[in-house]
Amino acid sequence: MDLSQINPILLVASLMVAATPILLAAIGELVVERAGVLNLGVEGMMITGAICGFAVAVETGSPWLGFLAAAIGGAALSFLFVILTQFALANQVASGLALTLFGLGLSSLLGQSYVGIKPPPTPDLHIPLLSDIPILGPVVFSHDLILYLGIAIVAGVWALLKFTRAGLIMRAVGENHDAAHALGYKVVRIRVMAILFGGACAGLGGAYISLVRVPQWTEGMTAGVGWIALALVVFASWKPWRVLLGAYLFGGITVLQLNLQAAGVAIPVEYLAMSPYVITIVVLVILSADKSRAPGSLGRIFHATS
Amino acid sequence: MTILRRTLLAGAAAVTALGMATAAGAQDDKTKVGFVFVGPVGDGGWTYEHNQGRLAVEEEFGDQVETVFVENVAEGPDSERVMTQMALNGADLIFTTSFGYMDPTINVAKKFPDVKFEHATGYKTAENVSTYSARFYEGRAIQGLIAGSMTESNIIGYIGSFPIPEVIRGINSAYIQAKKVNPDVQFKIVWVYTWFDPAKEADAAKVLIEQGADVVLQHTDSTAPQAAAQTAGGVYTFGQASDMYEYAPEPRISSIIDNWAPYYIERTKAVMDGTWESVSRWDGIAEGMVGIGEITSAVPDDVKAAALEMKDKIASGEMHPFTGPLKKQDGSDWLAEGETADDGTLAGMNFYVEGIEGEIPQ
Repeated sequence: MDLSQINPILLVASLMVAATPILLAAIGELVVERAGVLNLGVEGMMITGAICGFAVAVETGSPWLGFLAAAIGGAALSFLFVILTQFALANQVASGLALTLFGLGLSSLLGQSYVGIKPPPTPDLHIPLLSDIPILGPVVFSHDLILYLGIAIVAGVWALLKFTRAGLIMRAVGENHDAAHALGYKVVRIRVMAILFGGACAGLGGAYISLVRVPQWTEGMTAGVGWIALALVVFASWKPWRVLLGAYLFGGITVLQLNLQAAGVAIPVEYLAMSPYVITIVVLVILSADKSRAPGSLGRIFHATS
Repeated sequence: MTILRRTLLAGAAAVTALGMATAAGAQDDKTKVGFVFVGPVGDGGWTYEHNQGRLAVEEEFGDQVETVFVENVAEGPDSERVMTQMALNGADLIFTTSFGYMDPTINVAKKFPDVKFEHATGYKTAENVSTYSARFYEGRAIQGLIAGSMTESNIIGYIGSFPIPEVIRGINSAYIQAKKVNPDVQFKIVWVYTWFDPAKEADAAKVLIEQGADVVLQHTDSTAPQAAAQTAGGVYTFGQASDMYEYAPEPRISSIIDNWAPYYIERTKAVMDGTWESVSRWDGIAEGMVGIGEITSAVPDDVKAAALEMKDKIASGEMHPFTGPLKKQDGSDWLAEGETADDGTLAGMNFYVEGIEGEIPQ
């Protein structure tokens, strides 16, 4: 065992990268669920975002246009979910699962001609002064924009839910849609916006995998991250900062355990391999001891006449 | 979320099954061949090559066969349902193409004695279950030679999937040859516990590179480690299961190519002729089941020549990658001078050879 082989600066830097796809997808889903909708199609929206972003980035040579396309692609797929659940009043669980299946199929179709192609590199920011601080600079201030965008979205969602009237209305819709409707709020319209936001975030998360973390296009490349994001929202008791904590814990321990393995630490590999799941769940379950619960109308179908 | 995920998979299987049922109703005199895949056919590696084999079967027999496949089938109980569904839908021959399908294949085969099953890389056979695999370790020996010659940091990274004999055999085989050409070489092995997860494979490659590896060998199915190595720069890799030539001439400097087509055609023919029998096939470079992809210009000529010479010697039987004197990791004797390993030991290999650091997860 030789722990000195692990470079803590590189470790922290790569854990932030590893955590970002989960973080983006989870914060989007958090908004959707706070508005009272359960969208299980996160995996499908992520993979659709991954290929839309990849394709556009390759065609235009601009990773930023790629990320924009990924957000639009994810939102477009979630619009399918909107039609099914908000207008046709279909079952949300079934629709969400269908969305995942559809997204996986659609993405492999779209991705046929993009296998083995190298995307344009996503540049890391170099912030004058900040990036030059020893240790802290390379760890915190030398990543790509999307990584910071993820953190900014978490902060924005937290502020929205906690301080604004819009956030209050959204929570009302999620807690009791009949009461919100009686008060005159447009339940369906608010939910549609939340779902589209969730789709866009998931799409960004997917593109982060195909453009930054791997970077390449491979069929099925999200490999279940969307499901982890879904679970994370529940374990984080629908609270934005806990989603951030959970995503960083999960991403961090995933990278850390690989590092420990490579350094030859004498902990059995099985324990290392399951540690990201176990530790994340344990920490978030302990945190959720404050009796937070799911939004009251989560997953229920709303119809104004009923 | 487990329950939901299961529902999803069940849904996926049901949708596929529906498609297969319709197809089967139309033509019943055709020989129907099913394939169960662990990853997507577009993974660019393991499953891609099995699918090429499937396409070759279609090409060879045209109207006489019908092939069906289900991709992304999780190892374990889910695969059992997929196989059962295939058998119920009239498949005559089913290829199950991942190690983790071993027990499910045996279980389903018991229920359908008239259906022939072929399980890749496993060791359990039955009257209607054959096993087949390729001697990938022959290719690994050549990789080891090239890797040992190319590394400057003397650290070779190895991304392991699951600690099963097939993977351990590959590690040992590569290590033995790398050590021969470079006595200072060290292997860093990381287990990712997945066959296909591009993000995780890329992370593993990055970690190995960060810890000093300048050659990365992989035993997982996607091309993600190649992309990670390309981004890092100055790192060499090898195509795994498929040529992965899109990453040549660097980082990919050679590859092991699985060629399943001849075997799939032969076995389908046997079912058509009614001559199918349970076998345990294990072919290597000589039979063409294992191919060595082009060694690129990044490799010096003398190393390339040595690698090609080794390939010829293995093909002719002049050389066996596991030839004594060899000791096990714990220092106990394994093979005496000139002795070669028998297939039984190789098939169940669960120990490292002397010099590899770390323990095999149990």
